Amino acid sequence: MKKKVRFMLGNEAIVEGALLAGATFFAGYPITPSSEVAERASRRLPQIGGCYLQMEDEIASIAAVIGASIGGAKAFTATSGPGFSLMQENIGLAIMAEVPCVIVNVQRSGPSTGLATRPAQADIMQARWGRHGDHSVIALSPATVQECFDLMVQAFNMAEKYRCPVLFMADETVGHLRENCVLRSRDEVEIVNRKRPPEGLEEYFPYKADDDLVPPMVTPGSDYLTRFHSSTHNEKGLPTSSPQEARKLIKRLYDKIEKNKDDIIKYREFDVTECEYLVICFGGAVRAARQAAMEAREEGLSVGVLQLQTVWPFPAEYISEISKGKRGVIVPEMNMGQIIGEVRKAIPDEVPVLGANRYDGEPLTPKEIIEVLGEVVSL
Amino acid sequence: MSKRSCEVSWKAFLREENLPHQWCPGCGYGVILKSMLYAFEKGGLAPKDVVVVTGIGCWGKADDYLYANTVHVTHGRALPVATGIKVANQSMKVIALMGDGDSATIGGNHLIHSSRRNIDVVALVANNLNYGMTGGQYSCTTPLDSRTSTSWYGDPEPALDVCRLSETAGASFVARTTVYHATTIEKYIGMALSHEGFSLVEVISPCPTYFGRYNKLSKASQMLKWLKEQSIPIERVKDLSEEDLKEKFVTGVFADKKGHSFLSRYREIQSRARNELESE
Repeated sequence: MKKKVRFMLGNEAIVEGALLAGATFFAGYPITPSSEVAERASRRLPQIGGCYLQMEDEIASIAAVIGASIGGAKAFTATSGPGFSLMQENIGLAIMAEVPCVIVNVQRSGPSTGLATRPAQADIMQARWGRHGDHSVIALSPATVQECFDLMVQAFNMAEKYRCPVLFMADETVGHLRENCVLRSRDEVEIVNRKRPPEGLEEYFPYKADDDLVPPMVTPGSDYLTRFHSSTHNEKGLPTSSPQEARKLIKRLYDKIEKNKDDIIKYREFDVTECEYLVICFGGAVRAARQAAMEAREEGLSVGVLQLQTVWPFPAEYISEISKGKRGVIVPEMNMGQIIGEVRKAIPDEVPVLGANRYDGEPLTPKEIIEVLGEVVSL
Repeated sequence: MSKRSCEVSWKAFLREENLPHQWCPGCGYGVILKSMLYAFEKGGLAPKDVVVVTGIGCWGKADDYLYANTVHVTHGRALPVATGIKVANQSMKVIALMGDGDSATIGGNHLIHSSRRNIDVVALVANNLNYGMTGGQYSCTTPLDSRTSTSWYGDPEPALDVCRLSETAGASFVARTTVYHATTIEKYIGMALSHEGFSLVEVISPCPTYFGRYNKLSKASQMLKWLKEQSIPIERVKDLSEEDLKEKFVTGVFADKKGHSFLSRYREIQSRARNELESE
């Protein structure tokens, strides 16, 4: 079969990936540099009998997405820094009530309204810790237009499989990039749908998890009554202040992600095992890193690149293993140094770790990474 | 419209295992809850036909006492969550239970836009004129000059008229009553349930524990009597001056309009989109 290849924007590929995953609902509030996601969703969703809702703000947008998912749809939203900040409380709701959904953040420079049209990767720790309370979270990050498409399918699959929100941490460089994108068809990819409870149960417990720590989910109108709850609750979905119940719930919500890291963590390796110097990065920075590695190899340096497609949960064990014996690790990020802290925690003390950082609204260049590489080499 | 399971008693909606409820003696919320269940029964609804969305506050506890599809969410966000549920699952009756904080104060923006959008959900606002759950602070519906735990010297802010706001913004069914006028609660909820488009029923409810205690109405009977005295039927409004109506509760049906609900409009959008796709 002839492949359907389109020259398209990263933000557009995000919508196409969502549609392939089975999304039928989008609610959002326009914000640069994510607006093309909303625009394409508004064109495409009514064509397939789905719905685009333009809400009054980002709080309402994520709330409507959570509602639509509870109603039985696969749902997503897209935003950037300021909107992502507004969404945090209800992302916590999706974590606590266990509602699958995908939140796209096409990151821009901050804080506050910052540089609205310029790229950054400075929300990556916010993605991990933006909500109050203990929890784990899944965050993916695309580096190419193709990954905008492919990783969106993964994002929905993980959301459905683990009954949780998945954060899709793109950035302006990728969202506004035009590249060829293979629009895969349904039979080329695996599509995961939320687990249903078996029929004929005497009593259905909305928050009673199976062995995989994920409770089956019910759509209103089916044989069982649903209960979703934002407060600490028991298996029946009734609020409780029992310390035992609280501990059990918080632990399960955390473990259902952390104990499935092998399944959730995706990365791409470019000469990672054989290299002497390793570059660890994600999203838009990967492009500069791969170019830098190529140029450095031409100069006779052995440089590999590890691209984290899954940023959260963090692949600490893998990074710890892979960085053993390296002469140096470089972590390029379009921020003042966020993920580098996680890398430092993961790897042995004797391996030097240096950041290559840009936080002026400009994308990282290969040259800047090569300069830092020079510093590492001369150590 | 889904098939309604006929003749389900209101008791089928009551989660008796969780009774007695946590509301204070003299609180009006039990009356409002039971009125809602009566309206469900009369409307031929069964628990599986209904999605109840609750926010935070005393009234936000209501889902604990219900057998229905229930969704308990963050403060002020019941309406946008209800909106998503209804759009995704249109055969459900979706009802958002909100207090004065949820509906009009922290969630006021959503009230304006849900009304304007005319989304097909029911907003049942139980307005006890203050934040009871957190100890009786003033809300945006606390009457001007009232004493609360954060307005000890009197509330300097005038109260918001939830019904007028919703009606002005475009809600197609709007009604207000009080717990004193108990039989009208069920009637208005029934009208709202069978209405197409956004419908809002506001019920002013006594809170003798906090609002009453701070405002010389600490007995439940005093507060109920006060609700009666403060209420003015909407039919009489035209004969009264602005001064007469100050901080009064106008009761009755403010709006009952037929017209395009959000869902009927969006079905038209979907058909246009499909036509364009086919002609490409």
